Amino acid sequence: MVSAALKQGQITPTELYQKCLSLIKKTKFLNAYITVSEDVALKQAEDSEKRYKKGHSLGDLDGIPIAVKDNFSTSGIETTCASNMLKGYVPPYNATVVQKLLDQGAILMGKTNLDEFAMGSGSTDGVFGPVKNPWSYSKQYREKRKQKPHGEKEDSNWLITGGSSGGSAAAVAAFTCFAALGSDTGGSTRNPAAHCGVVGFKPSYGLVSRHGLIPLVNSMDVPGILTRCVDDAALVLGVLAGHDPKDSTTVQDPVKPFTLPTLTDVSKLCIGIPKVTLPFYYFTEMLSS
Amino acid sequence: MAAPMLRWCCLGRRWVLACIDGGSRHGRGAAIGFTSSRKRGQSSVAQQPLITAQKSRKGEHKWAAVVGLEIHAQISSNSKLFSGSQVHFAAPPNSLVSFFDASLPGTLPVLNRRCVEAAVMTGLALSCRINKKSLFDRKHYFYADLPAGYQITQQRLPIAVNGSLAYSVCAGKKPSQVITKTVRIKQIQLEQDSGKSLHDELRSQTLIDLNRAGVGLLEVVLEPDMSCGEEAATAVRELQLILQALGTSQANMAEGQLRVDANISVHHPGEPLGVRTEVKNLNSARFLAKAIDSEIERQIHELENGREILNETRSFDYKLGCTMPMRDKEGKQDYRFMPEPNLPPLLLYDTASLPPGADPQQVINIDWIRERLPELPSETREKLVQQYGMLPEHSFALLNEVGLLEFFQNVIKETRAEPKKVTSWVLNIFLGFLKQQNLAVNESPVTPTALAELLSLLDRKAISSSAAKQVFEELWRSKGKTPSQIVSEKRLELMQDEEALERVCHAVMEGHPQVVMDVKRGNSRAINKLIGLVRKATLSRADPTVIKEILEKKLSS
Repeated sequence: MVSAALKQGQITPTELYQKCLSLIKKTKFLNAYITVSEDVALKQAEDSEKRYKKGHSLGDLDGIPIAVKDNFSTSGIETTCASNMLKGYVPPYNATVVQKLLDQGAILMGKTNLDEFAMGSGSTDGVFGPVKNPWSYSKQYREKRKQKPHGEKEDSNWLITGGSSGGSAAAVAAFTCFAALGSDTGGSTRNPAAHCGVVGFKPSYGLVSRHGLIPLVNSMDVPGILTRCVDDAALVLGVLAGHDPKDSTTVQDPVKPFTLPTLTDVSKLCIGIPKVTLPFYYFTEMLSS
Repeated sequence: MAAPMLRWCCLGRRWVLACIDGGSRHGRGAAIGFTSSRKRGQSSVAQQPLITAQKSRKGEHKWAAVVGLEIHAQISSNSKLFSGSQVHFAAPPNSLVSFFDASLPGTLPVLNRRCVEAAVMTGLALSCRINKKSLFDRKHYFYADLPAGYQITQQRLPIAVNGSLAYSVCAGKKPSQVITKTVRIKQIQLEQDSGKSLHDELRSQTLIDLNRAGVGLLEVVLEPDMSCGEEAATAVRELQLILQALGTSQANMAEGQLRVDANISVHHPGEPLGVRTEVKNLNSARFLAKAIDSEIERQIHELENGREILNETRSFDYKLGCTMPMRDKEGKQDYRFMPEPNLPPLLLYDTASLPPGADPQQVINIDWIRERLPELPSETREKLVQQYGMLPEHSFALLNEVGLLEFFQNVIKETRAEPKKVTSWVLNIFLGFLKQQNLAVNESPVTPTALAELLSLLDRKAISSSAAKQVFEELWRSKGKTPSQIVSEKRLELMQDEEALERVCHAVMEGHPQVVMDVKRGNSRAINKLIGLVRKATLSRADPTVIKEILEKKLSS
């Protein structure tokens, strides 16, 4: 929807950039961002604006603010993996997925917080501190907290985002960007998405390039996509998916971008559930019935 | 460099079983055993102990040595095995390093097609079975010149296995007694080279150059089928020639493109194999045999004095002429081998199994490569022997010097002289001059055309063979002159005028009646005196054989 607005000139990329940037600053207490790339993003927004003025937009992602988890290499922008080991490390190249988004005109607002080297499922174990779930500041939660006995510090009354891509999930949930890149090895995109009430998508291994993604488990890692609606996730997947010569574990088959069909009737839908995910007692019950 | 044919130098040394010269163990051991090293102008330090040992233990058990080799050959390719950075010798330090070579986080390996083809070609040339599916593994160890902390190699399932390498050995004194020996090849695998460490003792620091990090290597593992340094050196030399003929590696030891590690043990024949030591980083063809032999002698010496051999890694000290334990090897390394997760299995195809509609850029067809294998050195030598009737050892010598075979073939093309003559001139006179001045074939002041012309003159009997040698010397010294020019300048042409020659012969015969009488009386050697006199009279411009003919004709009449 917002890309339609950009195309129609209802809002300009720089205005969109300013809105997102001010939200980032307002929600600093969430600790979702490690690095905010203000100047870089401004330049990108200005370039996008020039393209729109000429009518040469690069696509649906042109001018859209995004955030990238800090374990993706970003050229010229510090990449720390929330660890002191890479503090001050400025990569000389972009991860393939980052490059693909930038080639579509996306605006890189900053690098988001995570568990150190993506080792965790709470986004609490990075050296830059934990990420706080935006829903900690919702009316419902605040009400719940009032009913609880005092004695706890105001500061510690917050909920985790889940992890390890907690910063990305929080960034999307707090409206500071329209899409964010996470990574998923054992649920690190889906877990925080569920905690923060956003869409988290884990592509099949080999569909999206890992070149530039600092690895946790080479044979299981994939870049993940976090958005506020499923159509957005499909759009981003269409941009990112496909064989990368720099990553030998990507599939060779050609990938075409797609749009999801609109579903109005779910009665005929068939959903597969792997047996191993079912709790044990459900399984035995099913067997006996 | 010595030709890759060895005199059976291990004969006479106590520690080789095949005692062809049974009774000659005493003094000959020193003479024959070190012939080759004497030729190279080195004296073997270990000579002394061996002789005294021989004298004191006549009836002692014989020793047999067992030598296996691991040879690392740098693949001749434009870029490295897993990254796109270039491969150049002697480039400025750290100028050929890609992000992956420096092991920047997030970078991934991408296999180089040319390196795989090189491995397949080498495997086929060495009669190996090419594994249609091979796997890559990580071998972990910590060293400053290995940025990733692991080397990508092929430990579980290498690209080629079970081959053989044939090399030729001279038994006995006659050069024509050539035996072919084979050494089994256990496997050939693809792996990464590490960077280079330069130890700066003065400033107590080590400088790291990553230009070499990631360059593709072919590791060729030879089974312990060899029994002495010379056999090992010959096998390595033959492998070098094969790699150079295939173009898969330049295999130049001086430039570090071929490195050899040797596994050596000794035992009494019939008993189990002894403890082996590894001698690492033998980087010189000259010292390869010497290092292995000195290690064998050290082991024998230790065992005979009641001590044990430690399973350790040693290096060869060129100055001392013996092996020394390497300083930083502590205990057995655990390399924590694991499959390389960033590289899928390497699948190769043949014409039968090629998937239809496959992109030729993406697949490798073993049959296609086999059809296009260049001629191997053994084939070339066989052809030379067949085509030109030369002795096998001549074919070895021709192939052994870089560019010599091409030179020889160019001369043959341009001259009508007999191949045997050409062979003799190229191998004796031409090569002799090159060696004297330590020149390579491509630095020769004499071109194939010039030599061809010279040999044609000789063949036509326009000049004598001694004159030809003079012309050759002149050709070597002064560039730009043709043999014909030199011949006319120095007035070296043979007398063609038979009548004039006959007159000279007649005059000489008249002038030396006594000698004539000697000949007629049956003294066959006296005719040589006459020939000599005629030659002098003609200022050496007459062909001695023609002179002899004329004289004999005259004397018999």
